[in-house]
Amino acid sequence: MTEALRQINERRRHVLGGMGDRWRALPRWQRWLTLLAGVAFLYYLPFLGDIPGTNLIIPGLDWFRTDSIDGGANWAGVLFVCALYVLVAVGLNVVIGLAGLLDLGYVGFYAVGAYSVALFGSAESPVVGALQEQFGLSSDWAIAWAICIPIALAFSLVAGVLLGWPTLRLRGDYLAIVTLGFGEIIRIVAKNSGWAGEAQGVPGIPGPEGPPSPDNKVFGLLDIKPWYWLALSVVLVMVLLVRRLEHSRVGRSWLAIREDEDAAAVMGVYPFKFKLWAFAIGAALGGFSGLLFASRSAFIQPETFNVQLSILFVAMVVVGGSGNMAGVAVGAFLLAYLPERFRDFSEYRVLAFGLALVLIMLLRPQGLLPSRRRTRELQDRAKEPANVA
Amino acid sequence: MLPKQKTSPEDAAKPEVLLEVDGVTLRFGGVVALDDLSFNLYKGEILGLIGPNGAGKTTCFNAMTGVYRPTSGAVRFDGQQVSGRKPHRINQMGIARTFQNIRLFPEMTALENVLVGADSQHRTSVVGALFRLYRVKPKPEELPTVDSANGLVRLWQQVRRSSAQVFGISRHTLEERAGERKAYELLSFVGIDDRANDLARNLPYGYQRRLEIARALATEPKLLCLDEPAAGFNPAEKEELLELIRKIRDRGFTVLLIEHDMRLVMGVTDRIVVLEFGKKIAEGAPAEVRDNPKVIAAYLGEPADAA
Ligand SMILES: Nc1ncnc2c1ncn2[C@@H]1O[C@H](COP(=O)(O)OP(=O)(O)OP(=O)(O)O)[C@@H](O)[C@H]1O
Ligand SMILES: [Mg+2]
Repeated sequence: MTEALRQINERRRHVLGGMGDRWRALPRWQRWLTLLAGVAFLYYLPFLGDIPGTNLIIPGLDWFRTDSIDGGANWAGVLFVCALYVLVAVGLNVVIGLAGLLDLGYVGFYAVGAYSVALFGSAESPVVGALQEQFGLSSDWAIAWAICIPIALAFSLVAGVLLGWPTLRLRGDYLAIVTLGFGEIIRIVAKNSGWAGEAQGVPGIPGPEGPPSPDNKVFGLLDIKPWYWLALSVVLVMVLLVRRLEHSRVGRSWLAIREDEDAAAVMGVYPFKFKLWAFAIGAALGGFSGLLFASRSAFIQPETFNVQLSILFVAMVVVGGSGNMAGVAVGAFLLAYLPERFRDFSEYRVLAFGLALVLIMLLRPQGLLPSRRRTRELQDRAKEPANVA
Repeated sequence: MLPKQKTSPEDAAKPEVLLEVDGVTLRFGGVVALDDLSFNLYKGEILGLIGPNGAGKTTCFNAMTGVYRPTSGAVRFDGQQVSGRKPHRINQMGIARTFQNIRLFPEMTALENVLVGADSQHRTSVVGALFRLYRVKPKPEELPTVDSANGLVRLWQQVRRSSAQVFGISRHTLEERAGERKAYELLSFVGIDDRANDLARNLPYGYQRRLEIARALATEPKLLCLDEPAAGFNPAEKEELLELIRKIRDRGFTVLLIEHDMRLVMGVTDRIVVLEFGKKIAEGAPAEVRDNPKVIAAYLGEPADAA
């Protein structure tokens, strides 16, 4: 790295690095109020710029909306995708950031969640069709959406364990390659299996109000705001749960394993068990996100769940700052939001996106809002070869 | 805990064997690091394991704690087979150790390092930490206190206290608090509680060595294995460390001590086992071992390493 780059880096560390400290130094009630206001703002986001119930607008805020540009995407729809990705990032952060396992096939779990609700919840899916025939049920029978949630969670959890069991003994790069393969296998199996709808995919996936239909009052096809609020609520609950883990013996064990796996094992921590849990929990969160995605789309196809999506997921975590939940949430939001907001640049969009990623990795390899521990681990690792030489 | 009786094989009628190393051989390719090594460790004693550089002392620890698996032979602890088990299981059986080249968790505070050790005794696991549904009736001293002068805060504290009385407190929370108390207690036992909340990486060298001991003690072992705990210490620091090792034994732990410095070992151990090239060349009371010509030869062949 050149001297100039390093100086920029230093300065940034001063600007952003102290934020966590300042935050923790605030009195408890102030933190609670700020959090409450933040959550309220998140729920308000779909109206950004408007004051609901009136015709008034707040000038300026409008600019941030994706529908403020010509041909821009539906704002609530973009927010919904942002929330899905944040959920994915929170889950993937458990695997990459907390347990320190590089998983390049995370889209596989996203797909398992999506396919679970599609195959069990849609009256038009081959699996439900077979069940109808077997038990002589009517042709619009399917498993209720609410029951599909535990099914999807269970399936993705099991997928996580099945993938983790044989592979977690591998370290580093090998694990990354095996997981990469896993993501592809799920997609290819779905594409080639009759029971999974083959390349045409599965239509008629239900939402909270049942199968997709224009009569649905709240979770309809046009107004996406309720979907966003649903996803946001799921995200908030999951963030709380993951925080509980992080601040318990489980989080400590993950950190210990990341720092020195052998020493942790000798201190009574079973690394394999905690890694497997990280994998399973991450998988379940990815699956939940996939379920919400499928419900909202009402229709899924295997080609959606490609490697690019996996890479995007990893990018969200790395750009945001792996190990820090706030960081990965910001990373996920930005990677989902920015390309939509700056659609004007149409064909340069992907190029700009790539450039931005490269710049971030050069200027701030630890991510935008890094976990302090992770930052120092990276620095140590960078120093190691120099020491050996 | 009261000091235990010294139970070296000479003065106790029937000493209880805690650890039995039975014909252990360990090869690394062509290198025979341990060569048919056998010795016993009795409950309540401090056994010194000495020998020149590369004699196989650390390897012996590694074979005992599951880091390496012996090529042949067996290690038994408390009558149970140790070799072949995973390191965390061996730790749960009651063997804890420190490392010659300090291996703390550098990004954790001293307290957290000890907590990782303490966690191994806790029953809450992932599901328990996630949902915290397993409730336990707290003892009176474990209830939340009501002590604020501010009316609103006081009300909140009262609500929390009564809810803890009615619904109990999650086992996770109780274990977490108990772990923290134990960790503080151990940090002050080894004498480094003034830096409890510093990252391990920022602690001075001597503190790091002591922190490793505290972390190992937190797993509540029956046997504590110390791998050159005084390496790099000056004589005054070594003396303090000896004192600490005696205190540890007085708490009822059995100690296996690897050490280079002959004088240090003489001062604290009940018995000594001497290794050279992976073989046991002598075993016995410190005075006997010191005068053993084989030992003298081994040490003269490899002088001035007791830094
Ligand atoms: N992982 C390994 N692979 C190959 N050889 C090893 C390995 N570990 C130890 N050895 C060899 O085994 C022998 C014993 O090493 P060990 O570290 O047990 O000695 P030691 O008695 O602890 O010495 P020191 O006083 O220097 O700590 C040495 O010859 C060493 O080179
Ligand atoms: Mg050694």
